[in-house]
Amino acid sequence: MTKSQRRFYTVVMLAPALLLYTVFMAYPLVGSVTRSFYDGKSGEELHFVGLDNFERLFTQEPHQSRLVNALKNNVVFFAIHMLVQNTLALFLAVLLVSGVKGAGIYRTIIFIPTTLSVVVVGFVWGMILSPLWGLFDDILRAIGLGAFIVPWTGDVRTALPTVSLVSVWQWLGLPMILFTAGLLSIPDTLLEAAKVDGANNWKAFWKVRFPLLMPVFAQVTILTFVGNFNAFDIVYAMQGTLAPPDFATDIMGTYFYRTTFGSGGGASMLPNPTMGATIATVMFLIILTGVTVWYLFTRRFAVEY
Amino acid sequence: MTYYIRHILARITTHVILLAFSALALFPVIIVAMNSLKPRREIFRSPYSLPNPIDWSGYDTVFQESNFVRYFGNSIFVTGTTIVLVLLISVMAAYALAEYRFKFSSVIALYFLAGIMIPLRLGTISLLDTIKAMGLYDNLWALILIYTAMGLPVAIFILTDFIKLLPHELIDAARVDGASELRILFQIIAPLLRPALGSVAVFNILVWNDLWFPLIFIQTDKLQTVTLGVSKFVGQYKINYSAMLAALTMAIVPMLVMYIIFSRQLIRGLTAGVSK
Repeated sequence: MTKSQRRFYTVVMLAPALLLYTVFMAYPLVGSVTRSFYDGKSGEELHFVGLDNFERLFTQEPHQSRLVNALKNNVVFFAIHMLVQNTLALFLAVLLVSGVKGAGIYRTIIFIPTTLSVVVVGFVWGMILSPLWGLFDDILRAIGLGAFIVPWTGDVRTALPTVSLVSVWQWLGLPMILFTAGLLSIPDTLLEAAKVDGANNWKAFWKVRFPLLMPVFAQVTILTFVGNFNAFDIVYAMQGTLAPPDFATDIMGTYFYRTTFGSGGGASMLPNPTMGATIATVMFLIILTGVTVWYLFTRRFAVEY
Repeated sequence: MTYYIRHILARITTHVILLAFSALALFPVIIVAMNSLKPRREIFRSPYSLPNPIDWSGYDTVFQESNFVRYFGNSIFVTGTTIVLVLLISVMAAYALAEYRFKFSSVIALYFLAGIMIPLRLGTISLLDTIKAMGLYDNLWALILIYTAMGLPVAIFILTDFIKLLPHELIDAARVDGASELRILFQIIAPLLRPALGSVAVFNILVWNDLWFPLIFIQTDKLQTVTLGVSKFVGQYKINYSAMLAALTMAIVPMLVMYIIFSRQLIRGLTAGVSK
């Protein structure tokens, strides 16, 4: 192949991908960040305002308390995923690689919720948890826990944990298969060596497998982090864009959507794309920080066998 | 002997736990599908009994009151076109990045790589301007182009890695025989990439589930996807339980069938970065 042919093919092969990716992905992301430095009502020319939008978001009401609330809720949402979802996922993965019969079938079934649409999952659990149908409450009554029944998605104290746990139910399968793959990639010889040296199962897990799982752990953490700080659908389906009761289930994604496109209903709010772009930029920075920390971390803990 | 008993007990406990989690994963799906075939009275009185006789009134309502068949067609069109475009465009880019060494190849690879972790959702406001300027607002092609752009980074990443592993003699021999680059790519390389291409394709089936972009970019009822159509329908029919359950079942079943067929590829694709 001549040099000019090679150049020609390089351009031809890369052009479609570069074009689509730039126009529909890179440019919009940069454009939305840029937009947060501008202001202007719809139809008006946009004018540069520097960091004014950020100042309004961080210091003026109602933005400030809504932002703090959404951030706080999002941290709780993330914490529940880390503690419940990822711990259970690791536990299940250990069981799945223990040589149990039918492990493949169990894995396939437990992964099913992950393949469903988040909105569908939200609606389904919304119905099961609703006091009107009362399926969940019936189960609690049947096992003698009837006294603990509360309006799960309507009580300020339980709404956010409930929505978070429904999301955990849906996504549990993803970290589970990642941990399973991670565990399977650890050579058996390492475990056998530890056993020969007198380590019991428990010790072999914490001293041999767990440290070697660090890269997978980091990967699961960053996937959970990005997914959670970008989540929207689950709250939209279970609670609507106003994130009731009293914004108890409002997370960054719903706050971003409501601010950008407005919200119908009683407490209606006019669309404010500029403030929406400012919130999106804050989310962008949060996610970017997370990804950077993850990148530096994985570079330090890269495992070679 | 005690060791043997402990071993058996451990095995039983493992099965009990895994069975419990499997039941928990299946319970909502089964309960929704089962009750969608009952009249309202039965749904409330005996939610755990099998439908007897089967009552299709919920489905009748969905088909009469919504354009469900259209939604289904739209979702198939959007998902199918997205998969074809992602495969075609990413395999070309991956070949160029893996095969041609040029000045900016690592910069371009990094540029695509950056898109893996950043959700496009955050660029919605600017994207809306672009789509409107192109006259694609309220058009299924807006979704296809957006999903294709979103699907490219991971696809290019997986395929580039795969192409680099192929024996280079294949390409050299074909070149000596005078085959054009496009022929080498599509007739020699692409067939060898089948497992990787399968994973990429199955990965992109998941755009079927997206709510965000249809919610913002589609207005006309007849252009809605299944996910958007069902969510609007369920929002409107909050009291008609049979209709809600029927709509949700119809949203669940296609994904479930696809998953059962392709679970191997999907799980392999998702774990590609972890297992070596």
